[in-house]
Amino acid sequence: MPEVIVVGVDGSEAGARAAHFAAQHVQGPSLVVVVYVVPWSPYTVQTAEENERRSVAKQRETDSAQTSIVDPLLAELADKDLKAEGLVRHGHPAEVLCEIATERSASHIVVGRRGQSRVRSLLFGSTPGNLIQIATVPVTVVP
Amino acid sequence: MGAALLLAVQEDGSSNIINENFTRLSTFVQDVIFFSVKVNGAKIPLVVVWLIFAAVFMTVYFRAVNVRGFRHAIGLVKGDYTGPDEEGEVSHFQALATAVSGTVGLGNIAGVAVAITIGGPGATFWMILAGLLSMSTKFAECTLGVKYRRVNADGSISGGPMYYLSRGLAEQGKVRLGRVLAVVFAVFCIFGSLGGGNAFQSNQALAQMRTVTGGDDGLLGGSGAGIAFGVVLAIFVGVVIIGGIKRIARVTDKLVPFMAVFYVTACLIVLGGNFGAIPEAFGLIVEGAFTPDGITGGVIGVLITGFQRAAFSNEAGLGSAPIAHSAVQTNRPVTEGYVSLLEPFIDTVVICTMTALTIVITGAYTEVGTEGVQLTSQAFESVLPWFPNVLAVAVLLFAFSTQLAWSYYGAKATAYLFNESKTADTVYKAIFLLFIVIGAASSLDVVIGFSDAMIFAMSIPNLIGVYLLLRVVKRELREYEQDRASGVIVKVSERV
Repeated sequence: MPEVIVVGVDGSEAGARAAHFAAQHVQGPSLVVVVYVVPWSPYTVQTAEENERRSVAKQRETDSAQTSIVDPLLAELADKDLKAEGLVRHGHPAEVLCEIATERSASHIVVGRRGQSRVRSLLFGSTPGNLIQIATVPVTVVP
Repeated sequence: MGAALLLAVQEDGSSNIINENFTRLSTFVQDVIFFSVKVNGAKIPLVVVWLIFAAVFMTVYFRAVNVRGFRHAIGLVKGDYTGPDEEGEVSHFQALATAVSGTVGLGNIAGVAVAITIGGPGATFWMILAGLLSMSTKFAECTLGVKYRRVNADGSISGGPMYYLSRGLAEQGKVRLGRVLAVVFAVFCIFGSLGGGNAFQSNQALAQMRTVTGGDDGLLGGSGAGIAFGVVLAIFVGVVIIGGIKRIARVTDKLVPFMAVFYVTACLIVLGGNFGAIPEAFGLIVEGAFTPDGITGGVIGVLITGFQRAAFSNEAGLGSAPIAHSAVQTNRPVTEGYVSLLEPFIDTVVICTMTALTIVITGAYTEVGTEGVQLTSQAFESVLPWFPNVLAVAVLLFAFSTQLAWSYYGAKATAYLFNESKTADTVYKAIFLLFIVIGAASSLDVVIGFSDAMIFAMSIPNLIGVYLLLRVVKRELREYEQDRASGVIVKVSERV
């Protein structure tokens, strides 16, 4: 079975750097799984109109992440003759990345970081910060 | 009628004309909807008996699903049964939260005060009982709401009595009956949205704002100020529902749960401050429920009052909640039925009871001349002198979010009646805004009379349909229970 590496991307430069880092460091017949997680919580309060259109909105969010973020990265990886797959999921980014790593028996998770301030991290949390606390496989954070 | 009232405002500038015209309309609809029979001197509106009967019948028919299903409902809301593929869709929690922010409104704060003023402390007992029983009614109607919802061409979802009445009864070969009931429901829903979901809310929001700004001699004292308040509120609602500025709605909806928790906390503080008086208050409530002194109609009079105000507050049996619940992501309609039974519990058994205890324990209800939200405000003031100001903010938010929710219900009913017509939608919304002003300009008894009549009218077509479709709900429930027993449905954490 080839080695599987999960790469978390978020549409930022940092996400792209994480993908490139993974591409440089994979060896042999590895598989890179590029994952974009749409931040979503089942415990928010929404208006009735938002609820009524939620399925449509979910589909739109998924399609847009797939075409504008995941697909271009997959194309770049394909150019380097790497085996890569793309996934778009909804949920808590760090938790979903860990779930996927478990599902796919990945050996490694790679993410970028935004270099946000301590105040921002304190208020909103940070995906790499959460990830290293809950991941069951090694995590590489690319600056 | 609406246009005539608007003209009256323009020509006269006084709220008296609005009040007079609205009184006439209100008396007429009340006479029709609240057709009553007299038993032992007590006037019993048949429509309230209709709701009580439904709540009792459904509790028996579904073998106390309100009690049996409670734990499972909590599990569903917590997301214990939500698989990863359902992430990103409307969760049970979200559907419930949306419905609750439409339900928790001035019925919980002012409506309870009205009940105690009319029926004494004993009304609280019947209100709580009504809350518990009507969980079963909500269970049935919300299951149907999801079962017969329609997925529109654009992928959005439409649900509620309009759809289960027409589609559900069509399944049974009762196409015409279903269509007639759906149309009648939609018409009543539009009027209900103008009354209890709107006029009552702005009326009581104004009453509380007036109290904290210096009473009748204060900033909002005069009748002109009432209209001005109504207009300002209407502008805010209009900006959201016509202008499409959803950001305001999102902010309010996020604040409502916070305010509800804050409100319950304040109640607990008042109760804590009068800790020693709690047993006595319970004594008054139970005693008053069975041997009420000086209440018209005795026990039956109190019972009717309690049930009426509970139904007004938690909306069980009226058919409004299924509209909000139906957008949930599930392939088992009965799961949302379970979740929806928490709604009367939160609304009536928790929040209304808190208000009632606060009013009874502080003895505020014994004072003559205060009514509605002012009575609740006074009860709080006796322990937390600064609270009326906070209550004013809470009341304004509750009123606003309830108005937004009901304008959605009314708009869905309008869309059903007029085939999704954009013009009809705009006309409806304009009338809705007008009723915000009417509510603020009229007196409480007139507004509550009209609101009650329109809201209760919705229960007639809705419950006829629910009764006819009960077997569908029962089948869904039985299959679901079997699947849980055989392990087909288990918590995500227990799946292999």
